[in-house]
Amino acid sequence: MTVNTLNAKNLAAPAANVSAYLKSRARWSPFEIAFWVFAFATIWLFPGKHLILKDTAILALFALSLDLILGYAGIISLGQAAFFGLAGYFAGLVAKYGIVNEPVVALVLSGVVAAALGFATSFLVLRGSDLTRLMVTLGVSLMLGEVANRYSNITGGADGLQGVDIEPLFGRFRFDLYGHNGYVYCLSVLFVCFVIVRRIVYSPFGLSLRAVKGNPLRAAAIGIPVKWRLVAIYTVSAGIAGIAGALLTQTTAFCSLDVFSLERSADLLLVLIIGGTGYLYGGLIGAVIYKFLQDWIANLTPQYWQFWIGLVLVVLVLIGRDRMRNWIGTVRGAVAGVGVRLLPRSITLGGAAPDGP
Amino acid sequence: MLTILFDGVAYGMLLFVLACGLSVTLGLMNFINLAHGAFAMAGGYCTVILVNRIGIPFALGLPIAFLVTALIGGLFERTLYVHVYARDHLDQVLFTIGLVFMSVAAVDYTMGSSQQFVQIPEALQGQFNVFGVGMGKYRLLIIVVCGLLTVSLQLILAKTRFGSRLRAAVDDQRVARGLGINVGAVFAVTFAFGSGLAGLGGALGAEILGLDPTFPLKYMIYFLIVVTVGGTSSITGPFLASILLGIADVAGKYYVPKLGAFVIYAIMIAVLIWRPQGLFARATAR
Amino acid sequence: MPILETIRLEKRFGGITANHDVNLVVEKGARHALIGPNGAGKTTLINMLTGVLKPTAGRIMLEGRDITDVVPHERVRLGMARTFQINQLFLDLTPLESIGLVVSERLGLGADWWRVVGTRSSVTDEIVEVVERFRLTDVMHERTARLPYGKQRLLEIALAFTCRPRVLLLDEPAAGVPEAERHELLATIEALPAEVTVLLIEHDMDLVFSFADRISVLVNGSLFVDGAPEEVARDPRVKAVYLGEELDA
Repeated sequence: MTVNTLNAKNLAAPAANVSAYLKSRARWSPFEIAFWVFAFATIWLFPGKHLILKDTAILALFALSLDLILGYAGIISLGQAAFFGLAGYFAGLVAKYGIVNEPVVALVLSGVVAAALGFATSFLVLRGSDLTRLMVTLGVSLMLGEVANRYSNITGGADGLQGVDIEPLFGRFRFDLYGHNGYVYCLSVLFVCFVIVRRIVYSPFGLSLRAVKGNPLRAAAIGIPVKWRLVAIYTVSAGIAGIAGALLTQTTAFCSLDVFSLERSADLLLVLIIGGTGYLYGGLIGAVIYKFLQDWIANLTPQYWQFWIGLVLVVLVLIGRDRMRNWIGTVRGAVAGVGVRLLPRSITLGGAAPDGP
Repeated sequence: MLTILFDGVAYGMLLFVLACGLSVTLGLMNFINLAHGAFAMAGGYCTVILVNRIGIPFALGLPIAFLVTALIGGLFERTLYVHVYARDHLDQVLFTIGLVFMSVAAVDYTMGSSQQFVQIPEALQGQFNVFGVGMGKYRLLIIVVCGLLTVSLQLILAKTRFGSRLRAAVDDQRVARGLGINVGAVFAVTFAFGSGLAGLGGALGAEILGLDPTFPLKYMIYFLIVVTVGGTSSITGPFLASILLGIADVAGKYYVPKLGAFVIYAIMIAVLIWRPQGLFARATAR
Repeated sequence: MPILETIRLEKRFGGITANHDVNLVVEKGARHALIGPNGAGKTTLINMLTGVLKPTAGRIMLEGRDITDVVPHERVRLGMARTFQINQLFLDLTPLESIGLVVSERLGLGADWWRVVGTRSSVTDEIVEVVERFRLTDVMHERTARLPYGKQRLLEIALAFTCRPRVLLLDEPAAGVPEAERHELLATIEALPAEVTVLLIEHDMDLVFSFADRISVLVNGSLFVDGAPEEVARDPRVKAVYLGEELDA
């Protein structure tokens, strides 16, 4: 039986079915809604923990940016800190010299600056093997670190950028020492960026990225301009990393050379690996686990927490990320199962799962 | 000017001894080992303990450092690395960075975070003055030792049975297996030997490079530059890359001290864009 | 005017010549088969046609336009799509998603980063049409990695077909398909619309002679014989180098 014999009526039902299925992939699941409700509830639930929560939100946003290129486009990078650091200094400098006073505008500008760097360096990153990519991404961030060190009259060099005075948010909310307003600000920015990234991932563009990651040869053979897709996502990812870096400067009124360090990029990989790549929440969950792990270990052995981080990495790899993902998948499946029973709405979700025409 | 060249060559030679093991592991197993510097650090600290604390002569300390590091390298290869060879590059990067972090913290814990110096015999201190060119005696020693090592490495690779097996395995692993070469064993031996060389380099270089717990992180990028710029198809490529890097770094720090390592990174990126397979790789990249 | 034509196409790897002086002419609407013994240079030729490899010398013309220097994904837009001898699929996507991807790419929606996939009815209608045509309806929600081999082979063709090519290059479509799933595959290939020109590279002589209306034989990197199936089958030289053993077997 071929299409010629299919009449329009036969086609309509499956088409609706297909459409519903495709759209259901992108629908917010109960798990996700619960996640965000809880995230915003922490503002009232843990008022004493706002400083660490704020750092967690920034790290989560930073990890989200890496997940875009690593989890969705398959680019290994050790240089995400370049964008984080550049935008961090940019945000600090525009505030210090009173060029842009409104934090939100400065934040967006910082993201744009980082994205511009991302666009410019994407052409370097697209060439060569994984190792070449590692070297080039790392090299770019180290170069920026050297530049910041060199022009210490502007950046403060090894002492860091001092005397940054951030104006109150919307002219009303001052960034306080306890991080209350800072946390609300960072969490809101994280949420907005997350929603945007989520749209991207479920769009045709996002689907094409997954295809490029899965099989670049075939992706080109079905007419996808592989290179430009990667350039685009690398640029977006750089912009988001930049927003994260600017958030850090704005909420701490300080920026130091270690924003460019290798450790920052390496830790970021760890964050993402803990949470899992390629499903958006990996960076967020990873950031929460990482921050609290770090907090806990640092309390036990303040000087040597790096050892334990290293051990976590080694053990994670030896166990195998796939196996980890399967365990997590089982847990998540169980959680989702509970969610389905609790929320009648999600039954329609299951119902959209198709049966052949 | 010539002194800079001399120092640069000494530095480059040292880098080569430090990094050539990495070049072979990368070429042989396509394995990205970011923890190579940790073995160099092990060699350095081993010498510090032997020479400074126990009082073993420097000349004897070096070969012991080589053996100890080779042993550690072999042990790690058999117990840990062997599980990670078949994984993707991301796993390899995570795994070896994890090892770096652990080694940094472990050395910090046991040896303290301050910089260590190996006590060098007095005969090796001071300078020669040849035709108005000042040459540090110790640097001359480095050039001689590393030069000899390089020549003997080349001979081992070119003339011995093991060398030809290794080259066969680098060239095409499947074919090498088909020829009955035990690639796993070849790799274990090479890994241990390469680690040993790194350890020896770390011991020799403690004086010049500075030895503290952050050594593996600080020099990781340098080793990787040697390997990526030099290519992994021969040891000549990494050798030339090391010398170039050594000279460029010494000259850069002398003439434009404020830019620091900026020049090096810029050159590296330029080279990798121009020749992604490395400056001295075989032209026929398939 | 032939729809696809190569002019003195040549490819050398170092000292080895894979293709030499290939003048292939594929007429519009043809069912053209390219056959030849192993190592005759068939795969190299298709890789040059699709732009994966760059020819050492010679030109490639698609509908009279020189496409020798056009990058692979542009050739798809110009109307040429291919399948692969070894499946090249998106293993983490479902057939539905894979086909949806191709449709949206072809309609130029691939750079759309805001709209959710599946909100356009023109896209979903076409997905359903392709899924039906290639008999993938009952597996369209499975991860591609889990499909039976025969279904994967069908999806392999479906992806190329969804590019709406005017020339479709099929690289050994039946290779490795188990007997039980074979009929389904052959029937689907038979049913490809007549307006699509098909260039088939195949070892399976049953398939070639039941399907092709024109056959080119490639030997040692060059075109050896070119003609209607009956002529080729009768040609003593072809029998000598190649067909003899296969047909008698």
